Amino acid sequence: MTREIAVVAFAQTDHRRTSDELSEVELLMPVLHQVLDRTGLKSADIGFTCSGSSDYLAGRAFSFTLALDGVGAWPPLSESHVEMDGAWALYEAWTKLLTGEADTALVYAYGKSSPGSLRDVLTRQLDPYYVAPLWPDSVTLAALQAQALIDAGHTDEPALAAVAARSRADAETNSHAQLRGSVPHGDYLVRPLRTGDCPPIGDGAAAVVLAAGDRARQLCARPAWIRGIDHRIEAHSLGVRDLTDSPSTRLAAQRTGAFERPVELAELHAPFTSQEVVLRRALRLGDDVRVNPSGGALAANPMMAAGLIRVGEAAAAVHRGDCDRALAHATSGPCLQQNLVAVLEGDPR
Amino acid sequence: MPHVLKAPLTVEFPFTRSLGPVQSAFLTGLRERVVLGVRATDGRVLVPPAEYDPVTAEEIRDLVEVAATGTVTTWAWNHDPRRGQPLDTPFAWVLVRLDGADTALLHALDVPGPDAVRTGLRVRVRWAAERTGAVTDIACFEPYDGAPDRPGESQGAFADPVRGIVAPARLDYTYSPGRAQTAYLDALTARRIVGERCPSCRKVYVPPRGACPTCGVATAEQVEVGPRGTVTTFCIVNIKAKNLDIEVPYVYAHIALDGADLALHARIGGIPYDQVRMGLRVEPVWTEGARYPEHYRPTGEPDADYDTYKELL
Ligand SMILES: [Zn+2]
Repeated sequence: MTREIAVVAFAQTDHRRTSDELSEVELLMPVLHQVLDRTGLKSADIGFTCSGSSDYLAGRAFSFTLALDGVGAWPPLSESHVEMDGAWALYEAWTKLLTGEADTALVYAYGKSSPGSLRDVLTRQLDPYYVAPLWPDSVTLAALQAQALIDAGHTDEPALAAVAARSRADAETNSHAQLRGSVPHGDYLVRPLRTGDCPPIGDGAAAVVLAAGDRARQLCARPAWIRGIDHRIEAHSLGVRDLTDSPSTRLAAQRTGAFERPVELAELHAPFTSQEVVLRRALRLGDDVRVNPSGGALAANPMMAAGLIRVGEAAAAVHRGDCDRALAHATSGPCLQQNLVAVLEGDPR
Repeated sequence: MPHVLKAPLTVEFPFTRSLGPVQSAFLTGLRERVVLGVRATDGRVLVPPAEYDPVTAEEIRDLVEVAATGTVTTWAWNHDPRRGQPLDTPFAWVLVRLDGADTALLHALDVPGPDAVRTGLRVRVRWAAERTGAVTDIACFEPYDGAPDRPGESQGAFADPVRGIVAPARLDYTYSPGRAQTAYLDALTARRIVGERCPSCRKVYVPPRGACPTCGVATAEQVEVGPRGTVTTFCIVNIKAKNLDIEVPYVYAHIALDGADLALHARIGGIPYDQVRMGLRVEPVWTEGARYPEHYRPTGEPDADYDTYKELL
């Protein structure tokens, strides 16, 4: 790798069930200002801008173009967009910085789930020939995975409840979280998953600034260097995959160098309790690794931003000096179909 | 919370999709009560069949008939079926590995309760009474305690194969335009046009979206603009749009309302189409019950000087 690239700033909204009073750009703009303020940069100083969002959440075509008003897209800027979680926008920005064509990048992501019925909306990302006509919702698909894990003896319902309780207890210290503290584990939503096993549905946004080399050192007292980042995908057909495992996560982690030395902290994008079980095994995380001290996606899961937030939270822990080596994971698609892993490190102290 | 407008928004579209040779054979087979898989390069039989090998990405076409009986590999109990799902009474979602297949198919299992389903349960296809060549030709699965079905010898050649599917999709939303556009729409109901001024560059945007696209900052200060304005540029529309009750040709124009720093667009009426020009002064025409100006017409004033609107082109 020829250039060192770091996350130098991170900001996120308070995630809430609804944000009717705010358009997408109104939701996003304060976060963009915060993340730029943390570096002292103005939008005109940014070399590359990349965003992640989904038209299906808004129910409108090209909805991301309106959000660009919040960036200040005049005069013209170098910009791109991914129709998925902002973690993949971050990956694109990282490759752009690697080419040397830019020294700084602004990455942002947002999702308003409140206008639609999220469980129905997400069925539209499924195979349109064999699966989508059956309208299996997102909780259903996660529940099939959870039952497979229970049958395989990897977890049971009390263990899943403990994941939920730990996440929401950790979220007590996260003022942005939507669900925190003691949350009833609730009734079955789709058995074996109870409401407590599922993420809250909400609206939110997040933004990150990346910078290369010395530029990163100027902008941040302790940059979170991206030592490796990789993403992998598995067969889209659920029946072809072993739902109890995540080989794509393991391969991505291997390619990032995650297994070369232990990490102290891991921010895992596991919207369902059962998915944390899969990811911990795939990433070989021991009990000494702090998993999702932010509360993770079980505390706040703004669609298209929750994965970028994992990278941001891991980076922020490095910025604060809370850890020297952290892992961030993002997922997209049903049952952990696509997975991105990044390893972030601070300079030696 | 400040007042915001809300309205139902339905996005509905009959997606028409063409099928490749493997998908066509599979869905035609379902119409004929035949379940087909495809042999992958490692010898596994994939059901539902893929067109490309999930490991090597090679094209695969070797179709194999499998049984309509199989085994549940995992399940989830759905006590509250949602619109579009296979059954409208509580049911189990199941992944089923059909006899002769190595991978599993997602569908519904019709059983009275969660106690009647478990991984390993033997099941059989219940065919839909009317079949069209779609995955819903399998109505659902049902428990089955007999011997495995013996599949036929079909290799996927059928008379009148299904070449495509129409997959209707409907999603319902409650649309809220947000604070800035709510204020704009509220003002329109009183036949006023209200923009917002950027606190940084002082430009007035109409319709306002709550942000200055140049400065990237929030706009909040409301400014009434118009009602009169100047045509900055225009085009002549010669093709009639579907469901539009306007005679062609007509003129569609950018109009810089007095006091605004951004032109909005609207139709020009009350003047022959070939006499519309840059600089023409216009005003809105409201019709009874309309929520926005029906069109703009000439005011009769002298044309605006080019220098007064050249920045707004
Ligand atoms: Zn401005």
